[in-house]
Amino acid sequence: MAERMQLCNISENNFEQCTKCSICTTVCPVAAVTTDYPGPKQAGPDGERYRLKDPAYFDKALKLCLNCKRCEVACPSGVHIADIIQHARMRATMGKRASLRDTMLANTDLLGTMANLVAPVANATLGLSPTKLVMHSVMAIDKHRTFPAYSRQKFTTWFKRHAAKEQDAFAHHVSYFHGCYVNYNFPKLGQDLVKLMNAVGYGVHLLDKEQCCGVALIANGLYKQAMRQGRTNIDSIRKSVNRDHRVVLTTSSSCTFNMRDEYPSMLGIENEDVRNSINLATRFIYNLVDEEKIKLIFKQNYKRRIAYHTACHMQRMGWQLYSIELLRMIPGLDLVELEQNCCGISGTYGFKKENYERSQAIGATLFKDIADAKVEAVATDCETCKWQIEMSTSLPVENPISILADALDIEATRQANLISD
Amino acid sequence: MVTNDIYNKEYDVIIVGGGATGAGTARDCALRGLSVLLVERNDYSTGATGRNHGLMHSGARYAVTDGESASECISENMILRRIARHCVEETDGLFITLPEDDLQYQQTFVEACQRAGISADIIDPEEARRIEPAVNPQLIGAVRVPDAAIDPFRLTVGNLLDARLHGAETLNYHEVEGLIINQNRVEGVKLLNKLNGERIEVRSRVVVNAAGIWGQRIAQTAGVNISMFPARGALLIFGHRVNNMVINRCRKPANADILVPDDTVCVIGTTSDRIPIETVDDMRVTREEVDVLLKEGVKIAPSLATTRIIRAYAGVRPLVASDDDPSGRSISRGIVCLDHAKRDGLESFITITGGKMMTYRLMGEIATNAVCAKLGNTAPCVTANQPLPGSEEDGPNQGDLTKRYSFGQRAAIGRHGSLAARIEKDNDIDNALVCECEGVTVGEIKYAVHQLHVHNLVNLRRRTRVGMGTCQGKLCSCRAASLMGEFSHDVKRAQEDLAAFLDERWKGMRPVAWGDTLREAQLTASIYEGLCGLDTAVNLQGKEDVQ
Repeated sequence: MAERMQLCNISENNFEQCTKCSICTTVCPVAAVTTDYPGPKQAGPDGERYRLKDPAYFDKALKLCLNCKRCEVACPSGVHIADIIQHARMRATMGKRASLRDTMLANTDLLGTMANLVAPVANATLGLSPTKLVMHSVMAIDKHRTFPAYSRQKFTTWFKRHAAKEQDAFAHHVSYFHGCYVNYNFPKLGQDLVKLMNAVGYGVHLLDKEQCCGVALIANGLYKQAMRQGRTNIDSIRKSVNRDHRVVLTTSSSCTFNMRDEYPSMLGIENEDVRNSINLATRFIYNLVDEEKIKLIFKQNYKRRIAYHTACHMQRMGWQLYSIELLRMIPGLDLVELEQNCCGISGTYGFKKENYERSQAIGATLFKDIADAKVEAVATDCETCKWQIEMSTSLPVENPISILADALDIEATRQANLISD
Repeated sequence: MVTNDIYNKEYDVIIVGGGATGAGTARDCALRGLSVLLVERNDYSTGATGRNHGLMHSGARYAVTDGESASECISENMILRRIARHCVEETDGLFITLPEDDLQYQQTFVEACQRAGISADIIDPEEARRIEPAVNPQLIGAVRVPDAAIDPFRLTVGNLLDARLHGAETLNYHEVEGLIINQNRVEGVKLLNKLNGERIEVRSRVVVNAAGIWGQRIAQTAGVNISMFPARGALLIFGHRVNNMVINRCRKPANADILVPDDTVCVIGTTSDRIPIETVDDMRVTREEVDVLLKEGVKIAPSLATTRIIRAYAGVRPLVASDDDPSGRSISRGIVCLDHAKRDGLESFITITGGKMMTYRLMGEIATNAVCAKLGNTAPCVTANQPLPGSEEDGPNQGDLTKRYSFGQRAAIGRHGSLAARIEKDNDIDNALVCECEGVTVGEIKYAVHQLHVHNLVNLRRRTRVGMGTCQGKLCSCRAASLMGEFSHDVKRAQEDLAAFLDERWKGMRPVAWGDTLREAQLTASIYEGLCGLDTAVNLQGKEDVQ
């Protein structure tokens, strides 16, 4: 009787399933570089028992968590360790105002909109030493950091002017959640995706309404804003999936993970009906090739040696294989698969003065591996890993989609997929 | 903690029994200026004191059936909130009426509470669900009472510490094998030192028998008959708190009708079965008991059905038999103080028994009054007003978890109150966690080992909560054993202690070993036996259990 009643133990985020094996702590990038952080087991399931007794037992060291989710990947008992830590942070900071610095870092889209208008000025100003010093001392944004350059033209502006008209002509269609980075900083990645998808017979469309996915808002404690934006995004995604029968592609692993997994677990946004329709572009394309629905033809003379870095949220989804296998299809590409180590930036974490040294210490192993790999560039699916690796190794970092678009023989591919002008 | 001339010395009073009652009596006697020796056959608080709910009764539970006990409870409840702040968590309690219960009883209950001076406010079921979300949502009535949670280990140690501060001496692992009797007068006790096998005699002007259910045996050695009424109760510990208020059933006391939030866990209990006096040392919990506790427990808080149980344990209520009630529940929890000079013609021998952990202080006061009357001491009792060490007004306490303390330091303040200031915390090693589930640091272990009479890991657990979390000692026991070995310079003993501790942890897990608790136990076994070979390094067979 007793056992039958107890067959299924249900605790929030499975925290009771923890058997204290401590594997999570051995893979935690933060615990590896500082004794100030007690590690995921202590910060998560252990601390949770005390926080249930009294919220005053919240440990401020939990702010050191990167939310990289490597603990969850390692856990043999399915405990949502990082979610437990994030929820505890959420409860502890709910109702408190975020600092100006955190609000600024978190509002990637607002900052982007303003910076696009004055891109040359913004880029020049953000790069100046006096500006950096002011940000370092007044706003506690580390002086070593360089803000990603802002583009003069937003991706959406380019798309509407130069691409939108042609998209309806294709036989198949997808929507594209471009995210803040593509829109404000690096429209080329979006352009590469459009080029690639068009070449294999897919029209690309924007969502009715897209807002920042909110990953940085969650990390900086701006939960209410994250919930508002998340609901807007899921509404738009729902329209795309149900009304237009278009799956939604992304080119950022963190946006993808956030919308698929953090929306329901952190923000309570129901997305079960459309979750499987939110897909990373590399995974979508890999599956099309694998199912022989499309063909990719690559340039004959293409020759590069590139290292692939698995972003943390990519590892959490377990999707790095799709990007890696897709890149391996390029005949002239010599791909080095790096050991799975965190780069240390974790979105806005590494931008903060108090985290800079820790951030670089976490990334040190990866940076050394990259140097040892003797490559000309690094591929990764996450834009913040890109900034961190570019700053810390001086090698260029590219999204696999851009590498594919670059290596693809567009004309031959169009013909192979029977697309005429 | 005992002077070398223990053999030559004559104490004013020897107290037999290191539970809450013995400790409270020792404290009271010491505060009134008597020279005191307390002896305990095992560790402190190993009997009924350490084997109950950890409930600080408001008295409401006894209001209908035993008004006198109820009044004692509420009076002591208010005193303990003042003098033992660091042992008490002021949770308040609910008495809930479920659809299967008679709502009429609520009125009877509230009136009885009022007669006993216990505040009992009828609240709306909706309000009850709001203030205690774990409560069975089907409840049809609720009464709010000033129940609370109390840690009996800390309470006992707090009393012993204060007794020692006032000159008392205390010995654990010393078993009374007999009383020294001269003519019709008790003049001391014959002791067996269970740690080294030595036998000694110690003299005193009065002996107080505060040995709980085992008091019957102590009295028997002097030819005095006390007829105890052993009523056994089993309890289950869940892996985390599901409730933050004590929840009781508003009906006549029955099986498994109280759920108490204790520290990081919650405890459901109890059963009640009369057992023969010969079996009071058998603390094994049966499958039937587990079934009953779960079946009734889920009626109080449905989430218990899906919450991990980490241990089961049992205790024996030291009631004094006065009638033939087979359930043992309608019997009075009343305090019984026997002056054996009047009762049995044996001078200088007092038994204090009955009662409950809740009224330990009052029992101590009553026993001390009896001792003082014999010795002609007229000092007044001050235990109701003087805070225990750790509960002084100044210094950090449970309500003052300021951010400048680390997690482990804050957990220690929660356990030791102002005494946490004595825990070393100036370097990384002292701040390192030994027990990660319960937040016990190296510094806290040093403090406990050196100042709180710790001989082994089980003692250490009672003083600090080492090994009381969900992993039941998997990660901390080897670290703690290593520290103990370092202090004692005895690796062999530390190894045996480690094996014995893990064995003791497993005993409590065995009755509930399924699901995650079984997974946990198997991982522990794999580490210590499979990987480290502890079972081949140490042979526990034939070792006397001196936990």
